[in-house]
Amino acid sequence: MFLYVASLLALAAGAALSIPLFSGRWRWLGCALAVVGSGLASLAGLSSLVGGAGWDLVLPWSVPMGSLHLGMDGLTALFVVPIGFIRALAAVYGGGYFRKEPNFRRASGSWFFYNLLVLSMLLAVGARNGLLFLVSWEMMSLSSFFLVMFHREREDVGRAGLTYMVAMHLGTAFLLVMFLFLSAGGGMEFDSFAPAAGTASVIFALAVLGFGTKAGLIPMHVWLPEAHPAAPSHVSAVMSGVMIKTGIYGILRVLTFLGTPLPWWGWSLLLVGAVSGVLGVLFALAQHDLKRLLAYHSVENIGIIALGMGAGILGVVYGSTPIAVLGFSGALFHVVNHAIFKSLLFMGAGSVGRAAGTHQIDRLGGLLQRMPATGSAFLTGSAAICGLPPLNGFVSEFLIFSAGFLAVVSGGPLLPVGTVIISSLALIGGLAAACFTKAFGIVFLGFPRSGDAAAATESNRAMVWPMVVLAALCVTLGLAAPWVRFLLEPAVSVLLPDPSGAGLLGPVVAALWGISAVGAALIILTLALFWLRDRVLAGRIVRVSETWGCGYLAPTARMQYTASSFAQPTVNMFRMFLRPKQTVKEPDGLLPESASLHTHTDDLFRERLYVPVFTGVKRAASLLRWLHQGQTHFYVLYIALTALVLLTWRLW
Amino acid sequence: MANMTDTLAILLILTNFRLLGSSRLWSCIQTVAIQAVLLGLLPLLTNPELTLRVGMILAGMTFIKAVVLPWLVRRSAREVQVKREIEPMVGFTVSLLVGVGLLAVGVAASRRMALPSQLSSPLLVAVAVFTILTGLFLIVARKKAITQVLGYLVMENGIYSFGMAYAVQEPFLVEMGILLDVWAAVFVMGIAIHHIHSAYDHIDTDRLSALKE
Repeated sequence: MFLYVASLLALAAGAALSIPLFSGRWRWLGCALAVVGSGLASLAGLSSLVGGAGWDLVLPWSVPMGSLHLGMDGLTALFVVPIGFIRALAAVYGGGYFRKEPNFRRASGSWFFYNLLVLSMLLAVGARNGLLFLVSWEMMSLSSFFLVMFHREREDVGRAGLTYMVAMHLGTAFLLVMFLFLSAGGGMEFDSFAPAAGTASVIFALAVLGFGTKAGLIPMHVWLPEAHPAAPSHVSAVMSGVMIKTGIYGILRVLTFLGTPLPWWGWSLLLVGAVSGVLGVLFALAQHDLKRLLAYHSVENIGIIALGMGAGILGVVYGSTPIAVLGFSGALFHVVNHAIFKSLLFMGAGSVGRAAGTHQIDRLGGLLQRMPATGSAFLTGSAAICGLPPLNGFVSEFLIFSAGFLAVVSGGPLLPVGTVIISSLALIGGLAAACFTKAFGIVFLGFPRSGDAAAATESNRAMVWPMVVLAALCVTLGLAAPWVRFLLEPAVSVLLPDPSGAGLLGPVVAALWGISAVGAALIILTLALFWLRDRVLAGRIVRVSETWGCGYLAPTARMQYTASSFAQPTVNMFRMFLRPKQTVKEPDGLLPESASLHTHTDDLFRERLYVPVFTGVKRAASLLRWLHQGQTHFYVLYIALTALVLLTWRLW
Repeated sequence: MANMTDTLAILLILTNFRLLGSSRLWSCIQTVAIQAVLLGLLPLLTNPELTLRVGMILAGMTFIKAVVLPWLVRRSAREVQVKREIEPMVGFTVSLLVGVGLLAVGVAASRRMALPSQLSSPLLVAVAVFTILTGLFLIVARKKAITQVLGYLVMENGIYSFGMAYAVQEPFLVEMGILLDVWAAVFVMGIAIHHIHSAYDHIDTDRLSALKE
């Protein structure tokens, strides 16, 4: 409790001191306090998870219906740990990222909102009062909006910020109604929430819509691919890595208020998760912008988490505790894992962008030789996000997979659950591997496709070290699977109807040990092979030649595979969903002068769902334009008529 | 006493009709001032125990409404050299007829309202509603910005008399808040009228719609 409050104070101080009152000498203060505050929060969460001690803190707050009621339990702690840890590392990275930023005032302002964002996220996951939650939720949306708008002079950034703002406020609108339903029985305290009979399903639907907007579940994901590429990289890292997870936290927290779940809740989460996962990775495959690609992968991973939660809920519904435990723990562990590797990947993308001046995959290439640290870290992150052993992504997907297999084995109503999980997870995993082969291969291997990429150099140490730490963590969590369960069990027990505490994951301990052993063996084998290669090659002449040279006499960088051509077979297979747009200028005649190919994939939901809906709203609104005469007389007349109508309506 | 209150109420009705039927700005301003004086007399009748504090608030308010505000309006009228309301949205005869309708609405509304028993005069509520509606009607139906300012003042008078009719303990508190608003409104509008006039050479608000985007 002390650590947690200390971290809140440090962050508040960091926000206050970032206001550019001080001259250049003190500009590191906002950044440093963000690191300290976030680090303290992470420790607070960790100590609560390890010690198993929750606490409650009620401070005076004179707001009607509200109370400054903070609490810590397993679920909160599991979200506080990655929030604090990732944000501390991202702040270090951001310090390096902003080192050459010419606009020092703007960078200071950015640190103000950064501190505020961490503060509001910690408050949101710690809040035990509906009003406090909504206030911190709104603070979170606003401060992240200002962080996204860092390069506000760019037109696309302005548009992205607007999309983000509208999406967040629509989401919050659902949450407001949801809290009204929840507080029908009493006050806004979480403890006193007693939803009226029959409203539980409505509340759940509102929670999925509202929190799903923040989390980025399809079809509420449209803000993600806009906002993430627009923001500075450490901001996209924390937004994608940890901020969208508060949406997952929200759904899980609301589940604890609602008592026994209904089957359709689990089914809807399962289906939304499968759709988000598959479509997210497909859209990622079709992207040409590295950060946009990563943003779609966030949609995919949120889908995987939703699959796990769906399995957990259905396990509770059909009375199968093992499936519930495996589903929830897989989802929660994936929350932590995705926070680690997604922020690592965004940091890598930012490092590439800083060095080469672009995020366009087709203008990069050959960066592994020029930026070895960034490249290796990015490779580790890529392997982890694809769910390959011995990294952490494998363990969480393994837990969800085992929930699926257990469901298939137990049969009955759970059989289709298992089928959905296994088939969609397998498809997602395969496509993710294809996508990251493309991303890593085109960006880091081969030859530079532009002069800027050729001139790229490794980023400064403040940017490299956070990536190295995160990459190391990917490996560690993958190998330490049997111990990770001690951190997951307190959180999972909050979500189960009969909290039994420790030992929940006991049945899979043997399997987790197996994963560790195989992982360790894999690493040893790889090292041995490297050693063997060095031994074999020692003393021989090694000729270094172009990658994919293919025996051409005069190969140029333009002969390499591009991102579009690499992804083309898969994109073509799924063109029903992706609807890629192609502009081809075919070579003409025997001696063609020029030819070109341009491909572009718009977001299906943006184009087919939101654009028509919002155009319709605009058209409906323009029908009322005749009311706006622009003359004071008429406006006063409207007021007078309204007053008269109200008078007659009340009196007669 | 009730007799006297009714007399005042009827006088208020007459001032409203004069406002509706008159085209001369000077007489309209004068009528608003008279209305304010009548309203200043009202609490003397409805509120028998008059303390020094209430008396001073009352005197101050009447002074502002009967002297200061009309003076401000008169000054801006002189500055922009407007003497009459020409071509109103609704003609003066029709305005009088509408006034009769509004009075009917006021009386009907006062009959229906759930009113406290210690009401000083049932007629006063009807007059209050009528005055508010008259003010709104003046704003809607007249073109000159100055007449619209007068409309706001009349509306405020209506709200005040509504408070008086209830004769609750301290109606002045609410009244002072509203008075502050109206004071600011008249002040701002006086300045705005001056600027509009110097920029466009007229103060017809319906022609200001050219300013909208």
